[in-house]
Amino acid sequence: MIVDLTIQGLEMILVLTLAPALTGLVRKVKARLLRRRGPPLLQPYRDLRRLLGKEVVLAENASWLFRGTPYLVLAATWLGASLVPTFTTDLFFSGAADLLVITGLLGSVRFLLALAGMDVGTSFGGIGSSREMMIASLAEPAMLMVVFTLALVAGSTQLSSIAEFLGSSGVGLRVSLGLALVALCMVAIAENARIPVDNPATHLELTMVHEAMILEYSGRHLAVLELAAWIKLLLYISLIGCVFLPWSMASSGAGFMAVAIGAGAYGAKLVAGAFLLALFETTVAKMRVFRVPEFLGASLMLGLLAILLLFLARSL
Amino acid sequence: MSIAPVIAVLWSVAGLLVTAVLAVVVARARGASGAVYCLTITVSAITLIVALAHLFGGGSASRLAMPLGVPWVGSHFRVDALASVFLVVVNLGGFVASLYALGYGRHEPSPERILPFYPAFLAGMNLVVVADDAFTFLVSWEFMSLASWALVMAHHREGDNARAGFIYIVMASAGTLALLLAFGLLAGPEGAYSFDAIRSGRLTPPLTTAVLALVLLGAGSKAGIVPLHVWLPLAHPAAPSHVSALMSGVMTKVATYAFIRIVFDLVGPIEWWWGTVVLVVGGVTAVMGVLHALMQHDLKRLLAYHTVENIGIIFVGLGLALAFRANAMDGAAALAFTAALFHVLNHSVFKSLLFLGSGAVLAATGHRDMDKLGGLIHRMPATSFAFLIGAAAISALPPLNGFVSEWLVFQAILLSPDLPQWDLKILVPAVGALLALSAALAAACFVKAFGVSFLGRPRSPAASVAHETDRFSLAAMLILASLCLLAGVLPGFVIDALAPAAQIGTGAQMPAQSALPWLSIIPVAESRSSYNGLLLFLLVAGVAAISSFAIHRLASGALRRAPAWDCGSPDPDPATQYTAGSFAQPIRRIFGTIVFGARERLHMPPPGDPGPARFEVRMTDAAWEGLYAPLARAVTRVADRLNPFQFLTIRRYLALVLVALVALLALIALRP
Repeated sequence: MIVDLTIQGLEMILVLTLAPALTGLVRKVKARLLRRRGPPLLQPYRDLRRLLGKEVVLAENASWLFRGTPYLVLAATWLGASLVPTFTTDLFFSGAADLLVITGLLGSVRFLLALAGMDVGTSFGGIGSSREMMIASLAEPAMLMVVFTLALVAGSTQLSSIAEFLGSSGVGLRVSLGLALVALCMVAIAENARIPVDNPATHLELTMVHEAMILEYSGRHLAVLELAAWIKLLLYISLIGCVFLPWSMASSGAGFMAVAIGAGAYGAKLVAGAFLLALFETTVAKMRVFRVPEFLGASLMLGLLAILLLFLARSL
Repeated sequence: MSIAPVIAVLWSVAGLLVTAVLAVVVARARGASGAVYCLTITVSAITLIVALAHLFGGGSASRLAMPLGVPWVGSHFRVDALASVFLVVVNLGGFVASLYALGYGRHEPSPERILPFYPAFLAGMNLVVVADDAFTFLVSWEFMSLASWALVMAHHREGDNARAGFIYIVMASAGTLALLLAFGLLAGPEGAYSFDAIRSGRLTPPLTTAVLALVLLGAGSKAGIVPLHVWLPLAHPAAPSHVSALMSGVMTKVATYAFIRIVFDLVGPIEWWWGTVVLVVGGVTAVMGVLHALMQHDLKRLLAYHTVENIGIIFVGLGLALAFRANAMDGAAALAFTAALFHVLNHSVFKSLLFLGSGAVLAATGHRDMDKLGGLIHRMPATSFAFLIGAAAISALPPLNGFVSEWLVFQAILLSPDLPQWDLKILVPAVGALLALSAALAAACFVKAFGVSFLGRPRSPAASVAHETDRFSLAAMLILASLCLLAGVLPGFVIDALAPAAQIGTGAQMPAQSALPWLSIIPVAESRSSYNGLLLFLLVAGVAAISSFAIHRLASGALRRAPAWDCGSPDPDPATQYTAGSFAQPIRRIFGTIVFGARERLHMPPPGDPGPARFEVRMTDAAWEGLYAPLARAVTRVADRLNPFQFLTIRRYLALVLVALVALLALIALRP
């Protein structure tokens, strides 16, 4: 019990401390690919420290909801991320939430953020909230199709069970899993407000979605929200890694060496994820908002196709 | 307790009826409204306790026959576990709505149009649930319909209310007719009208199909399945808000009860393909309901359309249960059935809460139109808080109760690959996608509802001077909000309480949950899925509190109020905020042309003309245009044809009577 709790605590700290570095890495790689030098890897940590030390400038008619949202968003995202197995599948809290619950937690986060966007009553806040909810309403069914495919293959929605099952030999390569991987990556891009759905570095107001929602935030509130967004990116990369590259994760009761190997492998997965994301973002252009439904519709179709193929493959 | 539950419930019904009669006499007196609502509170509370005690006591059937009604049938009443679940729904709703009305009823300009019908409505709903023969059931059903119709027509001179009442009474009558025919078929030529006799008789397939179709029409039209939903978004908002809460939160559940009682209990074994019918109906209802809700800017109408969505979710659960039961997968059937019942319970709680909240807003500002609200979170903080909880719960967000029931439905959906039929294997994941879509759209819809009404800046003078509502209304809303949280973090107890009802519906139960360590719920097996709402809630709340404290302590706690930033160009006019229509615009653009036949028109003034540009959107409900409008036109045409018969001379009438008589005699003579 003590060991389990320690591992869970380690995981929480790991997730929190690695998230800014991951975003820093993505930015750095992206800048290098564009032949810029880019900010140093540790810049996100400095940004956090700078923002935390500043005073909050709060809009005159902001309510308690606006002030409470950042902390709730951080807590829910952080908890969600620490429920995804990273270096070990033996997590103390994993019984509290399966993949559907993690999706639900992220849904709660989005709900709060969208409300906070409308709280001050500015047009940009409204545009951000409205578009965020539009994107989410299409991403969620696609996500569910991915969950469904995984549950069909592994017979579980519990992430540690899925990871253990897929990590065991005998699953092999399956077309369905490949389709599900593509679908999940598309959902992850939409959910994390990355190019081509949204642009995390934009300064043109009309193209902003996520940034428009949090436009009125400043100081420590903004710091907390930024951190939450970084953790969310880490969550999705961990999720893809845990489900589709589940190898060398430590299982329950494993020794120190296994845990160390798992941690190393996890680090490698994160670096690979960051590199691929940066590469992808530099090769595509942002799409118009009303082409996003096509993008996410494709993801949903891939998910459905994955399920159909599974049924067919089973019957053959 | 020595008194049988059925007797206690019947005494309560008698109490409600006496209250209704009293209310006729005293309605205009001062303090009448307080007295009537106090009586209904008391009676509902007692019945609620009786039903809860019965449910937690195992729910063994308790019955009573009375020599009332049709001589050779009598009237039979029975309270079993399934009835108890719905008694809890009815009386919890009744209790809270009456408590709310203690304060809200004071604003009522003509209490004599509401007070007599309100207890009668409650009595009717209770009677439907305990009825144990076809006559009692149908009489109670019609009594419930008429009492609620009278309440819809309470303010018949306002706006569209008279039309809403007319459409409601037509649909309700059609629904009752369908149920009447269904019971006729069930009873058979011997006229076995008591439910026990119906259960023991077995129908043959073509008749079963007819009965199921009729029940889907009859109970479904009252519950609001698409395309029989058209009366619901008109009638529910027309009634006073505490009655809207009862109609949307409770009466639709009584209709669901009728469906469950007949389909799962009375008819007997059913072929598997009926599961697909109910599944498709449920999935379509869920998505259509929420899409229509998204397009509304009238707060109460939005909530009414949302009832349609939730009925869809419940029917998806029931359809799954039918499919599993027909394939002898008892555990899965019990899971799906329990999920549906859990959602019945949840929806009655949060929909009542939301209607009560909208009533508080209506009383405080005089507006139901969201585009005239805004900024109420400052003026009505407690109402806003309760409404927010309800909005999050109905959007199926953890750790509240709506999430648990939808999660259980998804767990049942994930068991579908074991079904032998290919149709179901393919269909169920697609319905799952529809369900996920409707859940996500529901979240969008309630961000809109709460964001436009309660957040931002006031859009009308009335909204900027609104006051917090009275303490009775607040108490009612806060009770419901805490129930949303409680059922969300301690779902194991609810599931266990529903177990005897699942036994009646599917012949199986979910594994016992409340004794599991850490209060987790595990619907199938631990390796498969588990959920612990309490732990999640405590962790999120704890981490949020600690991080907030730590940041204020270690970093900076400084705060300054300033004008909104809005990228440097804030506009002081509240009209520059997003409205209900603009919030829904992206979703309207995606689904609009297909689902609503939306037509957008832009009138631009010619160059040089300083007049404003105008933008118009027209949307139609396809069910209305495609189904009801032609039907209404056909009825009008036939009526026009028959109209001349009203203006005949007496000789011609006598001739007609003679011709009719001869024709009938000829018919009898010709047929052996």
